[in-house]
Amino acid sequence: MRLQVDGRGVFVYTGGRRFDPAAPTVAFVHGTPHDHSVWGLQTRWLAHHGWSVLAFDLPGHGRSDGPPLSSIEAIGEWLPRAIAAAGASRAVIVGHSMGSLAALEAAGRAPSAVAGVALVGVAFPMRVSDTLMNAARDDEAAAFDMANRWSYARLAHPPGAPAPGCSAYVAALRLMERQPRGTMLSDLAACNAWTGGLERARALHCPALFVLGERDQMAPPRQASALIDAIPGARVVEVRGCSHAIPVEGADELRDALADWLRGPAFGSPNPGG
Amino acid sequence: MTARDPYALPTLALHAGAVPDPGTGARATPIHLTAAFVFPDSEHAASLFNMERSGHVYSRLTNPTVAVLEERIAALEQGVGAIGTASGQAALHLAIVTLAGAGSHLVASRALYGGSHNLLDYTLRRFGIETTFVEPRDIDGWRAAIRPNTRLLFGETLGNPGLDVLDIARVAEIAHAHRLPLLVDSTFTTPWLLRPFEHGADLVFHSATKFLCGHGTVIAGLLVDSGRFDWVASGRFPELTEPYEGFHGMVFSDESTVAPFLLRARREGLRDFGACMSPMNAFQVLQGIETLPLRMDRHVANARRIVEFLVAHPQVVRVAWPELESHPDHLLARRLLPRGCGAVFSVELKGDRAAGRRFVESLALFSHLANVGDARSLVIHPASTTHFRMDAAALAAAGISETTLRLSVGLEDPDDLIDDLKRGFRAAFRR
Repeated sequence: MRLQVDGRGVFVYTGGRRFDPAAPTVAFVHGTPHDHSVWGLQTRWLAHHGWSVLAFDLPGHGRSDGPPLSSIEAIGEWLPRAIAAAGASRAVIVGHSMGSLAALEAAGRAPSAVAGVALVGVAFPMRVSDTLMNAARDDEAAAFDMANRWSYARLAHPPGAPAPGCSAYVAALRLMERQPRGTMLSDLAACNAWTGGLERARALHCPALFVLGERDQMAPPRQASALIDAIPGARVVEVRGCSHAIPVEGADELRDALADWLRGPAFGSPNPGG
Repeated sequence: MTARDPYALPTLALHAGAVPDPGTGARATPIHLTAAFVFPDSEHAASLFNMERSGHVYSRLTNPTVAVLEERIAALEQGVGAIGTASGQAALHLAIVTLAGAGSHLVASRALYGGSHNLLDYTLRRFGIETTFVEPRDIDGWRAAIRPNTRLLFGETLGNPGLDVLDIARVAEIAHAHRLPLLVDSTFTTPWLLRPFEHGADLVFHSATKFLCGHGTVIAGLLVDSGRFDWVASGRFPELTEPYEGFHGMVFSDESTVAPFLLRARREGLRDFGACMSPMNAFQVLQGIETLPLRMDRHVANARRIVEFLVAHPQVVRVAWPELESHPDHLLARRLLPRGCGAVFSVELKGDRAAGRRFVESLALFSHLANVGDARSLVIHPASTTHFRMDAAALAAAGISETTLRLSVGLEDPDDLIDDLKRGFRAAFRR
């Protein structure tokens, strides 16, 4: 569906079902330079198992109007407004990579609107190498190559995503190519500049789930340890043999981790689909 | 610069899409010769049927062995995915019927494989899909043929029978200016010689029966999607951008930004028309692809030797092969096909129809049959086989003569092949 947020058009995928604001809502926030479609094998399942799903194309990404929001603070401020624009008062936010930082920021800025955060492929600080930043500025195709190379651990992703017979690797390249020029640089700069991670984590008052890729070369699991330590009671799931593209390469494990967490005691009982 | 896979094609030909079997450790891809797959529980089954999770249900839709082949050809072509089909014809049919229906129109090169021409000019017309054929070199002709109801432009990388080289970039530019995709048959060239997506094509299909399998053992097809065509921005394909009641109201372009075509083709065309690939055949094609770069280099090297021999022979009128400067597309071929122009070409002999027949029937190594792309060398004399009802005038209208032979050069020792052809000349022109 399409929303208007701050006067700009926003595309939101709702998991193949009409969005019902009365149901517990899970909002998904992609990384860079992606769109809602990276969450296909989590969102559709949740939407058909009792949750309402909002998978945003962030401003300047996918089918949402640009330009991209230039800082994690801006995305964190935007997210609660976007959730409200859909008619929901409160949502669990699931973020991948850059999106995980935005989820944490949103929880700090609007705690009453955020029921929980799932941080997928997160690291703090999320420092971006000069090599990748320079490539994103000077030669986007080279930057896409690098990001993709570091995001997949294997040449096969059994079974393929979004369906068998699809090459998750090439699909990711094509998705990155579709974003407006400069989107990746803007996103990477936002990740690089964000310093609020530990502060937001220490102040967090909602359930937290970490889903990390055992072989993540973009955000190695050890780089999430400071955040994990700052959030007592956080649940941590490590996906074996998986690199940074966890929503695709570890699609089943991520969906199971989310479902188990969302159905668990952190969100009361009974839970949707439980 | 275009983003690309970090691995070179020979590496992808061996590895893409495959991992050691998690159940047994088998290094080669197992042949999953099963019609269906057991559900752990009903909930799991329902989520598979509803595309909430990725997996296998029934081998007409997906199969693990076929999926390895699909992911491998996708990697070789640098596409977002592929669909294995029962034949190359089935792949072409699947591409067309996913995008077109009664009342639709296609624009196609006139230089097509006879089977493709039959499908477009006769069979699909009966179902309300009309095709305008254009000369592949007539760029203005492509543009002029497009109508408001056109859904697809289609040509072969190397056309039949004169090996016309499709100027993919220019035809793609015309297609894209009209918000239409370009479909290319890349059977003769394979991704080792030409990757059409790098030049602007949007969809590619192969008769995998030919060089991809490479051993003349199976009938198989592959349809690959580049993932670059923006179906939403085009606005001409509600099949991909509006709810499809045949699959729970799914909007394929919402489900996948880059692969809605493949989702619909599998969830509708493969499901309902049912022309799926057998896992046994997929395994054979996988075996062939593992050595594709090695074989294609040898095919091309042998073809060069044979062409060199034929061009110099006094009983030869002409050889149609784009590597020859005499071919009208020679310069284009040098740009598009730096590794070579494949191993299939036609040669016109002096003499009459009977001479052509004697030539073919006297060969010992070249097998007389209707196929190309085998490890063994092949030959056919259209005037005494596929086109035997046509007189000389009708043959000329089809772009061939009474003495035209089509050769598919295999992997034998080239000197032995040349000796075989000398035998043919002796038989054809004995006094």
